[in-house]
Amino acid sequence: MERMIFDLAKTPLRALNQFLHHDAKTGSIEKVVVLNPDGAHNIAVGLDCPVEVEVRGHAGYYAGGMNKTGSVIIHGSAGTGVAENMMSGKVHVKGFASNGAGASAHGGLLVIDGDAGLRCGISLKGGDIVVGGSVGSFSAFMAQAGRMVICGDAGDALGDSLYEAVLYVRGKIKSLGADTRIEPMSEADLAAVADLLAQAGIEHAPNEFKRIASRRELYHWNADANQEY
Amino acid sequence: METKSEQFKHISREESAGYDRKTLDYIRNAAAHGLYEIRGLGAKRKLPNFDDLVFLGASLSRYPLEGYREKCVTKTLLGTRFAKKPIELEIPITIAGMSFGSLSAHVKESLGRAASELGTSTTTGDGGMTQEERRSSKTLVYQCLPSRYGFNPDDVRRADAIEVVIGQGAKPGGGGMLLGQKVSPRVAKMRTLPEGIDQRSACRHPDWTGPDDLAIKIQELREMTDWEKPIYVKVGATRTFHDVKLAVHSGADVIVVDGMQGGTAATQTCFIEHIGIPTLAAVRQAVDALEDLNMKGTVQLIVSGGIRTGADVAKALAMGADAVAIGQGMLVALGCNSESYIQNGQHLSAEADYAALGTAPGFCHHCHTGKCPVGITTQDAILEQRLQPEIGAKRLRNYLKTLNMELTTIARACGKQNVHHLEREDLVALTIEAAAMARLPLAGTDWVPGMAGY
Repeated sequence: MERMIFDLAKTPLRALNQFLHHDAKTGSIEKVVVLNPDGAHNIAVGLDCPVEVEVRGHAGYYAGGMNKTGSVIIHGSAGTGVAENMMSGKVHVKGFASNGAGASAHGGLLVIDGDAGLRCGISLKGGDIVVGGSVGSFSAFMAQAGRMVICGDAGDALGDSLYEAVLYVRGKIKSLGADTRIEPMSEADLAAVADLLAQAGIEHAPNEFKRIASRRELYHWNADANQEY
Repeated sequence: METKSEQFKHISREESAGYDRKTLDYIRNAAAHGLYEIRGLGAKRKLPNFDDLVFLGASLSRYPLEGYREKCVTKTLLGTRFAKKPIELEIPITIAGMSFGSLSAHVKESLGRAASELGTSTTTGDGGMTQEERRSSKTLVYQCLPSRYGFNPDDVRRADAIEVVIGQGAKPGGGGMLLGQKVSPRVAKMRTLPEGIDQRSACRHPDWTGPDDLAIKIQELREMTDWEKPIYVKVGATRTFHDVKLAVHSGADVIVVDGMQGGTAATQTCFIEHIGIPTLAAVRQAVDALEDLNMKGTVQLIVSGGIRTGADVAKALAMGADAVAIGQGMLVALGCNSESYIQNGQHLSAEADYAALGTAPGFCHHCHTGKCPVGITTQDAILEQRLQPEIGAKRLRNYLKTLNMELTTIARACGKQNVHHLEREDLVALTIEAAAMARLPLAGTDWVPGMAGY
């Protein structure tokens, strides 16, 4: 098993991504190390094999985007849309993440050790997200399925127009979005939070979290809803 | 003598233009339901359109081609700017994005088969790619929509081109809509939604905002596909001149401009009729933008929204489009609004089913109900049997062939050996409105409204 190093100060991004899409699939590459990412956009997008990519520095937009079975670790912060539309595998941001982290992820696990910006987990479709810090406003907007564990606080309109995704928040929630409510934590919820925290390597007591889910009152057109939707 | 005055009693029937029957009906409906009307298809009001233009044809000053036999090329290349594998089509008439969910799987298969036989492309829709359409379509354009329902990197890799949808002509600024009746178990699973809910799609993309972000998103899709596949950007026609310029700056290979006559399977009527500009006006603005950036021929333009006939196709091309996309016309070819459907080789009446929806053949726009009397815009297991893929594909093939024959007939009459050689100089306008929007002279004059100071 080989280890490959791509220095983005010397090698174009396209060469890295093409290597990951083709050569990495042969199975002989264990790990790809990316040096001098310098905030480059679209690092390791469209992974399609269980390769591990280690980014030593900050990543720009869409790092690990559309990941399937791959594993991406960013030793730095990530720009907008990190792990967007992930299908499976794992993306771990050691620093902070910008807006739309984990947007529309269908599967896999996104871990952000620091804070996440606006719209974290927007349109989530089955992926799991664990945020060590706080998340910005409009997080989990229209989230359809999957789970979000927020160890810090949440901004305005958390879970606005939520479908079947479930959110767990440890800190303060500035405001809930439309059609969202706080629900009691069941044994299954406590177990889910414990499991996700363990996968993320973050320690907290699961019973410190609140459960937020959809009221399901906007699932159907309702003439008496007085334009609440 | 007594007069029988009641026999001659005058009944006033003075209708109000402002409060005509349509408006009265609208207000009563609003009062009864407290909810706006939702319906399918596109704008029903009269708009300046391609019918308001005519070709000049060849005569003494131009030399025509023999209408049936002389060669007239229809080959069309899309995505030549950055993509390693541009799309090569036999005809410049493509099939517009329409979702599985709004349409039955049989319809998607019919569209794919007909397009493949005629050498053109089909497009997925809001809700992901079905096996049926991928299998049946030689060239399939995969949409990346704000909702990202069913968006799957494997399908990105399976697609021949990617279309980033910003908006559609029927509802620029609005997301998709699929009412509960159509959110069947299969549709629900593809879209990761509970069965039977009234689904309202996002109107903004989840991971980018504005043209600078779009440039990075497009780059992501290129990196993801190793720069092989053309990236289209589709906009609903509004501020078309600026939108097209921004899309070009964002790095699009192909721009799709969808005018307000473009259809939908379900949207608020106020949206369909009152937001967006007519296709005729949008085409000219789009071409202006490409010419302004010296990008004509580098970035291709696809025009959609109310393209119905071969003459419409020819006029769109003459105005500067590289290809057209057709949605509603395809549905009509399949039998939309027809009195009957074919089952087991027999024409059966669908009139009772139209009546049950409170409408009649020719007036139906009830795609949103999922109870399409001819089995097109439905997810109902019984209704969808009313449109079999073999029959659907045959009708679509015939329709596409007819359009292409009309297109080449017109091109030859204008003396063109290639339909892409049709040009603005071949056209004049019949109305002042159309002349102003298309910036063409009014027929028989050299007057172009708004030009030369008047």
